[in-house]
Amino acid sequence: MTAVTAPAPADAPRDAPSLLDQGRWAVSDTLTITRRNLLVWMRVPAYIVFTVIQPVMFVLMFRYVFGGAIRVNVPGGYVNFLMPGIIGQTAAFATFGTAIALAQELKKGVIDRLRSMPMARSAVLAGRLVADTARMLVTILIVVGVGYAVGFRFENGAVPAVLMVVLATVFGLAICLIAAFTGLAIGDEESVQAFGLIWLFPITFLSSAFVPIQSMPGWLQAFANNQPVTYVINTMRALALGGPIEANLLKSAAWLLGIFIVFAPLAVRAYKRAG
Amino acid sequence: MTQIGTTPVGTGPAILVEGLTKSFGDVHALRGIDLSVPRGTVLGVLGPNGAGKTTAVRILTTLLRPDGGHALVEGRDVVREAAAVRRSIGLSGQSAAIQEELTGRENLEIIGRLYHLSWPQARSRAAELLEQFDVVDAADRSAKNYSGGMQRRLDLAASLVGRPQVLFLDEPTTGLDPRSRLGMWDIIRSLVAGGTTLLLTTQYLDEADELADEIVVIDHGLVIAAGTAEELKGRVGGDVLEFTVPDRSRLSDAAMAIAMVGEGEPHVDKETGVINVGVGGRGSEALIEAVRGLDGASVETRGLALRRPSLDDVFLALTGHAAEEEDQPDGRRRGRRKAKKDDAKAAS
Repeated sequence: MTAVTAPAPADAPRDAPSLLDQGRWAVSDTLTITRRNLLVWMRVPAYIVFTVIQPVMFVLMFRYVFGGAIRVNVPGGYVNFLMPGIIGQTAAFATFGTAIALAQELKKGVIDRLRSMPMARSAVLAGRLVADTARMLVTILIVVGVGYAVGFRFENGAVPAVLMVVLATVFGLAICLIAAFTGLAIGDEESVQAFGLIWLFPITFLSSAFVPIQSMPGWLQAFANNQPVTYVINTMRALALGGPIEANLLKSAAWLLGIFIVFAPLAVRAYKRAG
Repeated sequence: MTQIGTTPVGTGPAILVEGLTKSFGDVHALRGIDLSVPRGTVLGVLGPNGAGKTTAVRILTTLLRPDGGHALVEGRDVVREAAAVRRSIGLSGQSAAIQEELTGRENLEIIGRLYHLSWPQARSRAAELLEQFDVVDAADRSAKNYSGGMQRRLDLAASLVGRPQVLFLDEPTTGLDPRSRLGMWDIIRSLVAGGTTLLLTTQYLDEADELADEIVVIDHGLVIAAGTAEELKGRVGGDVLEFTVPDRSRLSDAAMAIAMVGEGEPHVDKETGVINVGVGGRGSEALIEAVRGLDGASVETRGLALRRPSLDDVFLALTGHAAEEEDQPDGRRRGRRKAKKDDAKAAS
C-alpha cells in the first residue's frame, strides 16, 4: 500500500460559488448524473430486458395471441388500435426503473453521499428524469419499429405521428415523477416494485389501451372511461390514426399538468428528506 | 468571511457541537451531546448500535436537521450554512456508497465531476486515488466484483475526491475481515498524518484505541465519558483478572468462587465462557485468591491471567453493559447487549 499523501491545496472550488457558477453547475451536475445513469443502464442486461424485450413481447402477444378475438372499429384493424396503447403502457412501465434505481441508491447510501457533496441539489432528480426520459424514448422508438414490422401504420401523417411519440414521452415523464416520489418515500427496492405493480397494472389495463372499453362490464366502464390513461391513449390513437381529438387532448393535458404540479414538489421533498 | 457566534472561520476547532438533540417520534436518538474536535486530530465516537452515533454524523454532514442545539464544522453552521459545510467535508457511511455497475475509475471520475473538477482534473484525481488506495489492478473492472474490503476502500477514496478538511467515517470497518480491517487502519492513519481532521464512529473498542486521539463514549444519545484511551482505561482503576471456563455448566460456580476476589461483581459471558473482574491494585494477591477459590470449587479454567484494562472493561464499567457484540470481524465476541432494535433503526 502506498502512503496516502497529505491533502494538498484543494483543486475543487472551496469558496461560495457565484450565481452564474451555481447555474452552470446545476446544468453540468444534471448532465453528469444523466451520463452516469445511462452508463449504468447499458451495463445491466436485466434493465434492457425489462425496458425493451418486455414491450416487444407484449406487442407480439397481443397482435398474434389475443388480437384475433378482439373486435375493433379502426382503420387498419386491431394492430393499429393496439400500438398506441402498447406505447403508452411501455412509457408507464419504463418508470419501474426510476423507482427501483432511486430506492437502491437510497439504501446503498449513494444518495447520502451525493447530498453531502457541494453539488447542485436539483441534479440527482433532474439527471434521473432526463436519463429515464431518454431511455423511455429509445424504448418507444423500438416498439414503434416492431409495430411496423407486424403491420402497424401511422394513418394520419408524419407530424401527428411525431406528436404521438412526444405525448407518450411526456406521459411517461409524469409517471416518472410519481415513481421517483414512491421510490424515495418507500426506499426499499422490493416494496417499490410491488407497489408499482399494484397501481400501474390496473391503471394501464383498465383503460382503452388494449380493448375497446364498450366490451367491459358497465361498472368497469365507469372507471375506464374516466381515468387519465384512457384520455392519453385516446389522444395518442387519434394522433396516430386520425379522428376527433380535442376533448381527450384537453383532459390529458389537465391530468398531466396536475400530476406535475402535485408530484414534482413531493419528489423534491422526498429527496431532501431522504434517508 | 462571515463570523458565526464567537468562532471566526479558520480558527477554533474543526468540529464544535453543543447540546445537540434529535428525536424520531418517541425515540430520543440524541439527548444533548457536546463535542469539540481540534483541527488535525481524530475523535473516536464509540458506542453500541442505536447509541446515536450515525444520527450525529448525519447531522454533522448536513443530511439531517437537528431538533435542538447547534453544530459547526470548520466554523460553519451545519443548518444555516449547509452549502459551505458541504464544501469542506467528506463522508464515508456504513455501506459502500458506490455505483456497482460502474468501474472504480468511473465512480471516482463522476464524483470528481460533481465536485466541479474539469474532466482532466477529475481523471487525474481518480487515477491518483486508485493508486493510493491500491485499486489500480481492478480500476477498470465493474465494482460489483470487488471484494468487500476493496469496495470500502473505493468508498473511502470517493469521500476524499474533494480533498476534505474534515472527514467523517461512520463505522469504516464494520463487516470487514481482519486483514482488510488492518489495511483500512493503515489508510486512516496515513490520512490523519496528512493533517485531515477525522471523526470516526465505531463499535469496536480496539479500533478507537488504535486510531483516535480522543474518545467519546455515547450511550442512549448521551456522551457518558470522554478522554484519551489511557484516561478512560484509568477509570476502571487497576488490573482485570480474566479466565475462561470450558465447561459452561460450571460458570456460576466459578463466578461464586471468585466473588470475594474482585472489586464488584464478576462479569460472566455465558456465550464464550469468559469471566472477568476488576481487581484494583491488588493484582498478584487477587490472582492467588482466585486460584485457591477455583481450586476449592474444583472448576477447571483456561488462560487465567491478569491484564491491563481494555476499553471493553471501560465500557462495562461506565454503562453496566458490554459494548456491542454481534460478530466481530476477527470472529471473537466481546460481550453482549440486548439489541435495541428500535433505537438502532431510528438512529441509522
